[in-house]
Amino acid sequence: MSTPNPLLSLAISPSGFVFDPRTGATFSVNPVGRVLLEGIRDGQGLAALVDTLGDHFQVTDADLSRDVLEFAQSLKDQGLLTTDFQLA
Amino acid sequence: MTTTTHTPTAKPAYTRPSLLRHRSGLMNKMGTQPSLTPTEAIDGVPVETLVEAYGSPLFVYSQRTIEHRYRALRDELARRYPKVQPAWSYKTCYLDAVCRVYHKEGAWAETVSGMEVNKALRNGVPMHKVVFNGPHKEDAALLAALKGGALVNIDHFDELARIEQLSKIHGLFPQVGIRLNMATGTTPRWDRFGFNLDNGQAWDAVRRLTAGGRMSLRGLHAHFGTFVLDADNYRIGASKVAAFANRLRTELGITLEYLDLGGGFASKNRLKSQYLPGEQVTPSLAQYAEALTKGLADLDYPAHELPTLITETGRGLIDEAGTLITTVIANKRLADGRRAVVVDAGVNLLYTAFWYNFEVETTAPVHGVPEPTVIFGPLCMNIDVVREHIMLPALPVGTRLLIRPVGAYAVTQSMQFIHLRPAVTMIGLDGQHGVIKSAETLDDLVRGEVVPDWVEGAASVPGVEPTAPTPRAQTVALPRLTGALPSLTGATPAVGPDGRLH
Repeated sequence: MSTPNPLLSLAISPSGFVFDPRTGATFSVNPVGRVLLEGIRDGQGLAALVDTLGDHFQVTDADLSRDVLEFAQSLKDQGLLTTDFQLA
Repeated sequence: MTTTTHTPTAKPAYTRPSLLRHRSGLMNKMGTQPSLTPTEAIDGVPVETLVEAYGSPLFVYSQRTIEHRYRALRDELARRYPKVQPAWSYKTCYLDAVCRVYHKEGAWAETVSGMEVNKALRNGVPMHKVVFNGPHKEDAALLAALKGGALVNIDHFDELARIEQLSKIHGLFPQVGIRLNMATGTTPRWDRFGFNLDNGQAWDAVRRLTAGGRMSLRGLHAHFGTFVLDADNYRIGASKVAAFANRLRTELGITLEYLDLGGGFASKNRLKSQYLPGEQVTPSLAQYAEALTKGLADLDYPAHELPTLITETGRGLIDEAGTLITTVIANKRLADGRRAVVVDAGVNLLYTAFWYNFEVETTAPVHGVPEPTVIFGPLCMNIDVVREHIMLPALPVGTRLLIRPVGAYAVTQSMQFIHLRPAVTMIGLDGQHGVIKSAETLDDLVRGEVVPDWVEGAASVPGVEPTAPTPRAQTVALPRLTGALPSLTGATPAVGPDGRLH
């Protein structure tokens, strides 16, 4: 039996309030963080997320790549991302 | 993934993504986060203007704040005691420009080494307005100070004997002071310097001094602690000194000329061990002045013979006048999840970071959710931590930060380590600004270095050609140190072109 993906059980409100029903933990994400959280939950990788965010915000690809990787690491640190993040 | 830069004009501003876990029970009055209202200018001069002109990192002193604090101290004391003379504590910041602002205001110089005495003379302070303290007064400087009428405060019995010896050799009968220490309620007890008043050592020192027949006592010096947050310690200390002065007058017939009751006033900085911020706990200059003079009310002297009250406050006067501008050079995420930011100024410039939690301010609006953050300096050293814990949002590379207050000790204790020291500037009363100490260059770093002959001839690094000749050492025998004292002649010490006493 495969381990359930914690991201799929998260409740994410439009205002950025995040609830993890497995543990009762709550989080705040800012708007960019919410886009990333939902994107990673939907299986998007680094390239796709950089493209998505780059279309919406005034920012360089280099900065986005760094921030996406850092955010993915934050999810791992919180036990919300249990698989390797797709770099492609 | 494309490598293009997205530069649409109508897109919203980007904020770095953040995920912040909610925690309860951690926020309290200690958990204050820095003001996110940016401080765009110092004394009306935009921070960016200063950085463009002088670079980052950059020390900035405010002449306005220096003068304001000095006048406040002088006036608070003068309202309460008839004879007051502040002296500027050179070790706190002995840059010429800073010292001369104080001297223009009327401050004497308080020094603790021959180098500092030279600095004071170089700044135009006559020797009789130099207070000379400290546990190690080099013979040449000590002799010049005695001849010139400086206020020499003796720290220990060995120094007392040395002054007697110098006086015999040079036919002097100097007037001196002695330094006292005593319990005033500070912890730890401040008893490293001077003669202890409580156990009778100070009384013995005065009797020994007068019995020697080579000098007379003109004053008493006491320093009750450092960063003293309870002003009442000054009332206790001043009262004890006053009682001692009364006893000297009645039992030994000594009428004192001055009482130098030191410094130790706290600034609004925040010690790492301090629970509340400085704004809430640091006594005002008026409170310190009130405590000091209340203690001196115990003096049993006729009004016209009251000794002059000398102060040598450093930190309490200048700390708030100094700011360090620094720039974010990187962001990191530590293994424990904390955010870390690396800035271009570290403990090489802020030795004081080992005991202070400085205020950190931004100079432009910064968006994002504040998180627990560590601020690291630029040194390749694990100890290079400017703030161990501060709530900050993500800071883009290039963000300017203001670290303050850093006016006291930061410049004089800064070190030439891994990075050269940056420029120090001052903003004048009318908004003019300029360098008061230039940024260092490699030439400054290697000045005085010598490669001895026996190294010069050794194997060189393969493929590396020396780019400039290095001064070659002369092989000389080291002079033997003897007990002979330097022979200084002439009553008035002078400073030679090399800045040394002659």
